[in-house]
Amino acid sequence: MSTPTTDQDPILLEMRSITKEFPGVKALSNVSLRVKVGEIHAICGENGAGKSTLMKVLSGVYPHGSYDGEIVYNAEVQQFKDIRASEQAGIVIIHQELALIPELSIMENIFLGNEPVRRGVIDWAEARKRSVELLARVGLREDPDTPIKEIGVGKQQLVEIAKALNKSVKLLILDEPTAALNESDSQHLLDLILGLKGRGITSIMISHKLNEIEQIADEITIIRDGKSIETLNVKRDGVDEDRIIKGMVGRTLESRFPDHTPKIGEVFFEVKDWTVGHPQIQDRLVCKGSNFHVRRGEIVGFAGLMGAGRTELARSIFGHSYGKFISGQVYKDGKPISMRNVRQAIDHGLGYVTEDRKSLGLNLLDDIKTTTVSANLKKISRGIVVDANKEFMVAEQYRKSLRTKTPSVEEGVSKLSGGNQQKVVLAKWMFTDPDLLILDEPTRGIDVGAKYEIYGIIQQLANQGKGVIVISSELPELLGLSDRIYTIFEGSITGVLTKDEASQESLMKLMTSSRKAA
Amino acid sequence: MNALKKLFGGNTRQFGMIFALVALVIFFQIFTEGRTLTPGNVINLFNGNAYILILAIGMVLVIIAGHIDLSVGSVAAFVGISVALAIRDWNLPWYAAVLFGLLLGALIGAWQGFWTAYVGIPAFIVTLAGMLLFRGFNQFVGKSNTVPVPDDFQYLGSGYLPEVGPNTGYNNLTVLLGLIGVAFVIFSALRSRRNAQALGAEVQETWVMITKLVLVNAAILYATYLFATGRPGTSFPIPGLILGVLVLIYGFISAKTVIGRHIYAVGGNRHAAELSGVQSKKVNFMVMMNMSVLAGLAGMIFVGRSTASGPFDGVGWELDAIAAVFIGGAAVTGGVGTVIGSIVGGLVMAVLNNGLQLLGVGADLTQIIKGLVLLAAVAFDVYNKTQGKKSIIGMMMKNFGRKSEEIAPDETTSTKEVIAKEA
Repeated sequence: MSTPTTDQDPILLEMRSITKEFPGVKALSNVSLRVKVGEIHAICGENGAGKSTLMKVLSGVYPHGSYDGEIVYNAEVQQFKDIRASEQAGIVIIHQELALIPELSIMENIFLGNEPVRRGVIDWAEARKRSVELLARVGLREDPDTPIKEIGVGKQQLVEIAKALNKSVKLLILDEPTAALNESDSQHLLDLILGLKGRGITSIMISHKLNEIEQIADEITIIRDGKSIETLNVKRDGVDEDRIIKGMVGRTLESRFPDHTPKIGEVFFEVKDWTVGHPQIQDRLVCKGSNFHVRRGEIVGFAGLMGAGRTELARSIFGHSYGKFISGQVYKDGKPISMRNVRQAIDHGLGYVTEDRKSLGLNLLDDIKTTTVSANLKKISRGIVVDANKEFMVAEQYRKSLRTKTPSVEEGVSKLSGGNQQKVVLAKWMFTDPDLLILDEPTRGIDVGAKYEIYGIIQQLANQGKGVIVISSELPELLGLSDRIYTIFEGSITGVLTKDEASQESLMKLMTSSRKAA
Repeated sequence: MNALKKLFGGNTRQFGMIFALVALVIFFQIFTEGRTLTPGNVINLFNGNAYILILAIGMVLVIIAGHIDLSVGSVAAFVGISVALAIRDWNLPWYAAVLFGLLLGALIGAWQGFWTAYVGIPAFIVTLAGMLLFRGFNQFVGKSNTVPVPDDFQYLGSGYLPEVGPNTGYNNLTVLLGLIGVAFVIFSALRSRRNAQALGAEVQETWVMITKLVLVNAAILYATYLFATGRPGTSFPIPGLILGVLVLIYGFISAKTVIGRHIYAVGGNRHAAELSGVQSKKVNFMVMMNMSVLAGLAGMIFVGRSTASGPFDGVGWELDAIAAVFIGGAAVTGGVGTVIGSIVGGLVMAVLNNGLQLLGVGADLTQIIKGLVLLAAVAFDVYNKTQGKKSIIGMMMKNFGRKSEEIAPDETTSTKEVIAKEA
């Protein structure tokens, strides 16, 4: 490892009291960040804490004027109006979802938008010469003519870095650089970042993998709920994973949940040895031999970081609607059941509320009543004819019982707020009368008041003897709601904690490491 | 304007199209010095466009489901020639020939549906291939010849309701049809009003309903008058009758049945539909198959009208049908559209064609005008939608028309953004 930075090192970047508001939401409030020349600076925080928003402010995705505060970079106040402007200043951001074009070659991707030109024509000889140099610098031994789609994600990440180096980067921002990489690719990438540091390139790294941060970062800034909480110096403060977790989750739990006394019955739903492959990538597993069960009247939480495989697990069980099924068996009331498509899953009494409400959960062209009955049209139809009266009455009934705020059930769902949209989606699944309802991020994008109501609905469903699975990135939500919590890390269930055993720290530990719970 | 809107429902597009249709008819009636609204011309208009309107019925379902069918003209031609040959060579009676034609259409539709729904090839490609394929089949089996069909089969495309009962000076069956139409309109309006009242839903104001009924029924009665007073031997045409029945059936299917719901759901958001238990492959297959059945029917009607099947029947029909659907308010990205809207859209094009012909405008100018009308109709819609109402076209065009608004992190829609936000 190269020499750690000290307080005497000059400051490369200072973001001063950045505040960024979206309609109705304060994403960042008074966030400050100081990055020294030549260091690796990690930013840690829970999902939705505001890390990415901060980086978008820095890189000009949100242009100057759309936020409050100041960015001082290279001792000058900067006013980036777009990404190009920040790139010209030497700030390059590499997103978690790589911005490479699969059909083009490595060389073409490196020079995309930045092509060496001689008399109006691309100078491919020059491009090739430079790409060979760049690939050598990042330690990628591939022919520059190889199409991107033919190299793995790890190598693609290196191409991204080569592309950044080509733009004479001074400050490299890496957003979850190792999220999609395996162990050895990750290590290679981390070594490369350290190597770049040796050549004077400063890096900001966002990562959920705390062991990696501990390994390479010089300083860590922790962001929580849109505020910068603290900046730790790894060497001086003797930071370890536990210390970072404490900073990340340190908020107090208010009473944000309705009172609820669980009435838990016997185990009625069981999944054994559930293994599912990635839909596109060969030999990559998104669920690795998962086992879990749900009791009647029980609210079961699934905790895991983004990309850990929670949604993939839920959707693959729900009628194989995600990935390639490899092995596993689902038992309901002790009997093995098979659900090869969503229809069968619904018929077996399952319901699944998607995390991505707008692109997977709703047809935004529909109105409330059409949406409410859409998963159980049979119940309101005579033969093949939909009974419009029954449809209206059903929708009306759920509007009242869930207190959906809308002028009428004939209103389009696109006009509702997030919380009310979620109520319509819940109504849709409640109308199928499921035995097991899986809720994926049920309160994402919903304000506090509506959250409370949704929690109440969830508890009510459990009281009716239904099993409920709640997948959530918000640990306080899981802790407040669940009777039992499973943790998932990289496709495997790493532990299960009862309500009494679980705490944010203990969950975070299981969510960020493959160590099995004792 | 507000009152007008109430009359025609909140749907500005449909309102606009009906309004445009009426305005066009009046315009041509004035400028052709009364030659537009004559029995002969109106009957002609229906006869000459029924097959396009039938195609539009199938096409709107295809487009609602998010696909397109470019092969309908070729499919119609292939079915037409096959039926003509079957009658000539196998001596099939007309009803067996019609059945044969429909089955052949279903078979072709199953072929296209298979590639579209189960193999997952975009319908644009499948039907582009089908366009070549079935045009070729038409010329192959017909040896590029024209094959005539007998009189009883011609009735399908050029027949009229017969004269029955006492001589009233009108065609009695046509008058009866008109009266049934009036009764049906009144009955269904009253029924839906009663239902709405029983449920405590919002009810139209009484004057709105009455004015609406009066206007619609006046239109029906006037049309009845025109059809019933044509020159002797003509009355309401058989193709028009077939079209009317199909509009009723498909209007009902698309608006009131489970399969109709599923078509809109798949076109509106395929993933959401699948996660609600809709079997989207089956839906896509059926929609594509249905289109070819209707194309076969349209082909047979055309053959009946032109008394023979030829190698160049149906060229360019797909474009007329698609234009009708988009003028009638469907969205390119699927999920939006109505059968009745497409019929109105088709009639706008038909009236335009007919009126310009009566005015002696050449084919060149006619095409230019029709092209501009198509563009204007969709532009009107896009403009409307960007003015606040959300629509797919509207959202697509937003970035061109005006400064795009920032999306709050909690309102992210694409997976990419969601993932980016998560970090």
